[in-house]
Amino acid sequence: MSSGLAAAPEVELPGLTLERRRAKRKAAWRRRRLVLLLMSPWIVGFSVFFGYPLVTSAYLSFTHYDLLSSPRWIGLSNYRYLLGTDQQIWPAVYNTLWMIVVAVPLQVAFAIGIALMVARARRGVGIFRTIFYLPALAPPVAATLGFVYILNPANGPVNILLKHLGIDGPLWFQSPGWAKPSLVLLGLWGVGNIMIIFLAAVLDVPEHLHESAQLDGAGPLRRFRAVTLPSISPVILFAVVIGVIQGLQYFTQAYVAANIASGQASQSADITSNLGYPEQSTLFYPVLLYQNGFRNFEMGYASSMAMLLLVVALAVTVVILVNSRRWVHYRGTAS
Amino acid sequence: MSSTSVPLTMPFVKRKPPASVRRRRFLIAVANHSLLIAVSIAFLAPFFFITLTALMTDNQALSAALWPHPFRWSNFLDVFHKAPIWRWTLNTMMYAGLATLGLLLSSIPVAYALSRLRWRGRDAVFLVVLIALMLPPQVSVVPLYVMWAKLHLVGTLWPLIVPNWLGDAFSIFLLRQFFLTIPEEYLDAARVDGCGELRILGTVVLRLAKPAIAAVALFSFLYTFNDFFLPLLYTGENPHNWVLSIGLSEFRSLHQVQWNLTMAATLLVMAPVIVLFFLAQRAFVEGVTLTGVKG
Repeated sequence: MSSGLAAAPEVELPGLTLERRRAKRKAAWRRRRLVLLLMSPWIVGFSVFFGYPLVTSAYLSFTHYDLLSSPRWIGLSNYRYLLGTDQQIWPAVYNTLWMIVVAVPLQVAFAIGIALMVARARRGVGIFRTIFYLPALAPPVAATLGFVYILNPANGPVNILLKHLGIDGPLWFQSPGWAKPSLVLLGLWGVGNIMIIFLAAVLDVPEHLHESAQLDGAGPLRRFRAVTLPSISPVILFAVVIGVIQGLQYFTQAYVAANIASGQASQSADITSNLGYPEQSTLFYPVLLYQNGFRNFEMGYASSMAMLLLVVALAVTVVILVNSRRWVHYRGTAS
Repeated sequence: MSSTSVPLTMPFVKRKPPASVRRRRFLIAVANHSLLIAVSIAFLAPFFFITLTALMTDNQALSAALWPHPFRWSNFLDVFHKAPIWRWTLNTMMYAGLATLGLLLSSIPVAYALSRLRWRGRDAVFLVVLIALMLPPQVSVVPLYVMWAKLHLVGTLWPLIVPNWLGDAFSIFLLRQFFLTIPEEYLDAARVDGCGELRILGTVVLRLAKPAIAAVALFSFLYTFNDFFLPLLYTGENPHNWVLSIGLSEFRSLHQVQWNLTMAATLLVMAPVIVLFFLAQRAFVEGVTLTGVKG
């Protein structure tokens, strides 16, 4: 790049060009040093906390390692066990997929619905926005504790109210069939973050598009499909990507809910049995990884699980981003 | 907005419509938005029930009662007697404070280099930052745990704090998006006046980017305050260094308490975040929106 620039002024005096060239080179070097200086925190951080663990994780996944003795090479055994023998892996994969396939579309649809309703309200937009955003602020551990209490089958307010209506409430976090739906409810309660982004996008849709659609005789549903939906499609993509990524790392709520609900049922102090309670219904992939790595200290096996998670996370990200071109509509941007 | 059309016959005094008309208008508005109001009540209900239970006596918490009788405000004091809340709060503040400080100091220069300086490979590096942002933390957690164990720092807060002093992908992303919106003319004017890039960053950019920096600091504080996975991993075995989220999750089983005290503790942990939200509402909403725009 710099040589192409320097070759141009050949008519000038040789002494001057040499001086200029030297000054230019010096300036370029100073710029490079500046970039390097500014980027240095990230370069160090990325190498130590990202590059190094990724490479080491790949190596450890081929070993048996319990932290006490040094890693022992065992070839593909971890992967063979992971994909063939492990009885817990399929429930964990199933639960994680269930959570992504059910919870993410529900959350996105729910967030859009609330955003549309709030945008329609002429007064009190600020109050409604606050009401829907507050639960998203509640720390996940606190929110989960609150929900395990509110939905507890013995004397939780929800089942008491249902009884007044003559309905026998489900066992919620105590039942294998209802534990995941209870977590979905908890997720819907915390949907405020995405809702605010949708609200901004919905309010951003140009009014004249709605008006011209209305003049053409489009009803509210048609206008939503033809005007609102295309305009907010980039935000939908964003929400889906975030939802899937968070679904792949779903841990805190599942861990706390299982911990509290199982303690309530038995008062047993046996700490390993409560992960995934009840009956592995909340055993998600990150929970199982945590159990193998940091309860059983099978670091090699946990690393092979991490590698599988890495491959899936990368694949999902690429698939979503590539497919998005087909249905995401970018308004007014050339790219 | 709709009721601002002033009738021409009365240009100066805006007459209030009679009470019956106002009441009917109000009822129509409620009916129009009945679904919205119903959903908002459902969103507030958990807070409501948590608060009610936090005020019950032990016996009541075991019964099917929904309304506390009498209101036992001293539950909130009992929580402090049962568990080392102050210790947990101090640890949380240390984690949140040091992490946020380091994250700002390290991410601002990186975001500046990625947005306002031109150099070869910049876009590729930004792509790598984005990929790092998208990968689950569980992917790299095993070797990092081994690393901290070898440094004999498992059980302390340092494995949680140190990575933040070396750039945080989300903050870099957010700050870069904002830095890109600063008009080039401002920076050029400073350059013409003989400012070096570092001084431009320190004066012009920092001053213009105050809202974005406030949002990043807020998000960082929230993230660390809410963080559960990493504190559990590194301090789970050492109760002396527990943060609030870990302490709260173990509160009920460790101290053998009823739901009333558990809910009082839950409210106490929710309170700082909610107070912070009302103090800095604008920074919050702008920051959240900033993540969605130009994704």
